[in-house]
Amino acid sequence: MGWEWEVIFKYFPRLLEGAWLTLELVVISGLIGIALSIPLALLRTSPNAWVRALPYAYIYFFRGTPLLVQIFLVYYGASQFEVIRESVLWPVLKEPYWCAIIAFSLNTAAYSAELFRGAIQAIPNGEIEAAESLGMSNALLTRRIILPRMFGIALPGYGNEVILMLKGSALASTITLLDITGMARTVIARTYTPLEMFLAAGVVYLLMSGIIIALFRFMESRFNRYQSYNPDRDA
Amino acid sequence: MDLQGFGHLLVSGTWLTIQLALASLFFGLILGLMGASAKLSDNKFARWVATGYTTLIRGIPELLLVLTIYFGGAQVVMAVASLFGYDEYIEIGPFIAGVAALSIAFGAYATEVFRMAMLEIPKGQWESGLACGMSPTKTFFRIILPQVWRLAIPGLGNLFQVLLKDTALVSVVGLNDIVRQSQVAISATKEPFTFFLVAAFIYLALTAIANTVTHMLERASNPVLRGGR
Repeated sequence: MGWEWEVIFKYFPRLLEGAWLTLELVVISGLIGIALSIPLALLRTSPNAWVRALPYAYIYFFRGTPLLVQIFLVYYGASQFEVIRESVLWPVLKEPYWCAIIAFSLNTAAYSAELFRGAIQAIPNGEIEAAESLGMSNALLTRRIILPRMFGIALPGYGNEVILMLKGSALASTITLLDITGMARTVIARTYTPLEMFLAAGVVYLLMSGIIIALFRFMESRFNRYQSYNPDRDA
Repeated sequence: MDLQGFGHLLVSGTWLTIQLALASLFFGLILGLMGASAKLSDNKFARWVATGYTTLIRGIPELLLVLTIYFGGAQVVMAVASLFGYDEYIEIGPFIAGVAALSIAFGAYATEVFRMAMLEIPKGQWESGLACGMSPTKTFFRIILPQVWRLAIPGLGNLFQVLLKDTALVSVVGLNDIVRQSQVAISATKEPFTFFLVAAFIYLALTAIANTVTHMLERASNPVLRGGR
């Protein structure tokens, strides 16, 4: 079995270019996903069953179907309708880049909403009652107590979600985007060294997830300091 | 909804997806049990291999794994075979590559689920099994595994849902699963939204069924939930 190290060294810069696109996809759709998921999570914890139903259906659909199908639905599916093809949205919806971002955002919004819902329900009742007894309005209570507490509780779980998003972003290569996987596939089409290039791509992914894990550990130690606080040691 | 006579394609795709998921579940569970036993063993080398396996596989995308095994697997298998003096050309079909990739991915996550479950079993269970004169293997299969099972089923159920959805990735290497068959139908009908939406609802139905079965197994494996004593 021939193993060509030169190919890896020669094309590694291309993989790093791909890594930049992967990073863009993950960060942009992650931010949009958070923005979408917070209202979803708040609606999902509403006492009214009708208000809960809509986010529930949304979350159920996006968690129960493959991300690949969701990407295809946005990228290929949108072109089926004349209305969309002639609308102002078409310049955006015909770009694979934006389709990938839309699909990833909708997908991660569903998963994060479940995560945030769990976190909201894990906030001790006494804290909410204390805020209410101080006369806080619902909006103030949400902004000052619920959201900050939710953020701290959901942080470790959200780190996992970001890793899953990183892995999911490889699917962007199926709609012609040149992310890490897409770049590796393009190089392989030229050099025919699948093992070498896919291995190198795997290393890039591992490095990225290592960085994400380290970043979330750091954030946890900062934002959830009360959990590891030791008065004797940290005085 | 009008499927314009392409319904049978989707049915055959669904059947293939189910076969793929069940085959990968079977091999993935074996890998997971082996991985968990290795991680908890006294052998340093076994622990090292298992940790490497889970860290590596859980850090790379499943799609990359499918592509690597489909396009590069034959190269590795041929190199290994030639060590044993077999120099013929070997080809790995998309189904085998798909099952291999999906079970390797499933096995890595299942390793963690089994490991957690095994850690929950009190040490006394092992000791009393051995004290009754059972061999370690017999103790494992008769005493430990049935209890591990009960603890592991909820986690494994979640992983199976992930596996079902990951089967969609094999369409990229040309296996005629639900997604691929939808694409075939789309190339004739030019109705991508309709067919991908139908595909999405088939997956939704499959995950709902998987969920129900998981709950049934959970009940069956837990005497307390079953109402027994």
